[in-house]
Amino acid sequence: MILPIAETGFAEATWIMVVKSLVIFAVIFGILPILTVVERKLIGRFQHRYGPNRVGPFGLLQPLADVGKLISKEGFRPAAAVPALFILGPLLPVLAGVLSLAIIPWGDVQDGVGLYGIDVPIGILYFFAVGSIAFYGLLLGGWSSGSKYSLLGAMRSAAQLISYEVSMGLALLGVVMMSGSLSLVSIVHAQGEIWFIVPQLVGFGIFMLAGFAETNRTPFDMPEADAELVQGFMTEYGGMRFGSFLLVEYMEILVVSGIAAAMFLGGWMGPGPSFLDPIWMLVKMLGLVLVFIWIRATLPRLRYDQLMTLGWKVLLPLATLNVLVTAILVVVT
Amino acid sequence: MSADPKAASYLDSIEVVEVQRGPEPGGARGAYRAFGETLRGLKTTMARLIEGPLTIEYPEEKTPVYPRFRGRHKLHKFEDTGLEKCVGCSLCAAACPADCIRVVAAENIPGERVSAGERYAAVYEINLSRCIFCGYCEIACPFDAITMGHDYEMADYDRQNLIFTKEMLLAEPIERTPLKMEGE
Repeated sequence: MILPIAETGFAEATWIMVVKSLVIFAVIFGILPILTVVERKLIGRFQHRYGPNRVGPFGLLQPLADVGKLISKEGFRPAAAVPALFILGPLLPVLAGVLSLAIIPWGDVQDGVGLYGIDVPIGILYFFAVGSIAFYGLLLGGWSSGSKYSLLGAMRSAAQLISYEVSMGLALLGVVMMSGSLSLVSIVHAQGEIWFIVPQLVGFGIFMLAGFAETNRTPFDMPEADAELVQGFMTEYGGMRFGSFLLVEYMEILVVSGIAAAMFLGGWMGPGPSFLDPIWMLVKMLGLVLVFIWIRATLPRLRYDQLMTLGWKVLLPLATLNVLVTAILVVVT
Repeated sequence: MSADPKAASYLDSIEVVEVQRGPEPGGARGAYRAFGETLRGLKTTMARLIEGPLTIEYPEEKTPVYPRFRGRHKLHKFEDTGLEKCVGCSLCAAACPADCIRVVAAENIPGERVSAGERYAAVYEINLSRCIFCGYCEIACPFDAITMGHDYEMADYDRQNLIFTKEMLLAEPIERTPLKMEGE
């Protein structure tokens, strides 16, 4: 039997694609600044504080003030830096983040318009490929700054990447086997009966853990490590270049949450009429984002060797086992 | 053992200190424990979130002070006669370790008495940029004419403004500081 590797999707008019892209872009870039405030406010609440509440009503204009400050700063570059790569450093992750937004499914095909950027037949592979490009940005940025802290941060990023990318892929493989497709849209369709978080709970856990490492969030914010490495690979960056690294961090959180919501939490599925689908997707995504913030407020940064141990000795065998068991079950049933 | 008998007895007398160590990390049990502790941590932070912020947003909200808080000084008058309690004895100035009080006394003229005693303070100045708020002036005063108030917001851009004259010290201070209630 030959399994279909992916759905082929369907063709849309170019202008629809353009409008879709603009809408997704606008929505995500509308959410991002709010996310920064929400994170700071929530972290404050977790620590018996209020968080930012001075700029605008409830501090909602805080990101505007932050961006204004960052933009007005001097675009400083150390003398030892490699100019072209130094500038390319923050750009690549932004590009990768925006690219990976394209495959997050916000809804099914409605009135001839698919409510997603594009239904790539290789869905998950695309996510991994683009996610790896983001790491090139970190590595280039760290290496080209000509600073030891940046280089150390970049090396930590690289080590972290290879420790977690494999487990992350294996964690998603279970879902891919159960749905028989790589396309995120088909995977969401396959969750009509039961969300994949139930049969793939282990996979979900591993994916989220690896997601924390992928997005450089606590407890795996080793590459940044504000306390030890003074922001790691970003040490030499200032102004909006620094800002775009931060922006990417939040964008990656959204992307990882989106992928997790689509693959494990039933994507856009939820009660109510079909036009609520994108809202459900957004709710699930933001729920996962809140988990990210909650974890950040709770856990301290792991030590470097602990991180490696967790990645290679715990997550990788667990993920492999998960894939094996899933494979056997899929074949048997 | 050392040949020195003194050192030997010292070594014998050392008690064996047992170092308390945490459980060894690693293994399935370690992973299980780490997972449990993580959940406990998450519970702890969530409880903090539910409790709500404890911040006192200072310029708008003020921390209540204790009744015996030593803030800016106050000079007092008798409530019935309206005469000043201060008789210009300069004991406060003598007691002041920072030497920030200046008192110049004058004789009371019958008919237009200023204070209840024979003399009164013609000049009474406290240099608050020097004052250390020790409260010795309050203790030294035989007539309870000077007491420490509850005002603590006295920052200024000009040192001149920190020399408080008699009129300023006699005036009712703007009561901006909330007082701690009993049991608070």
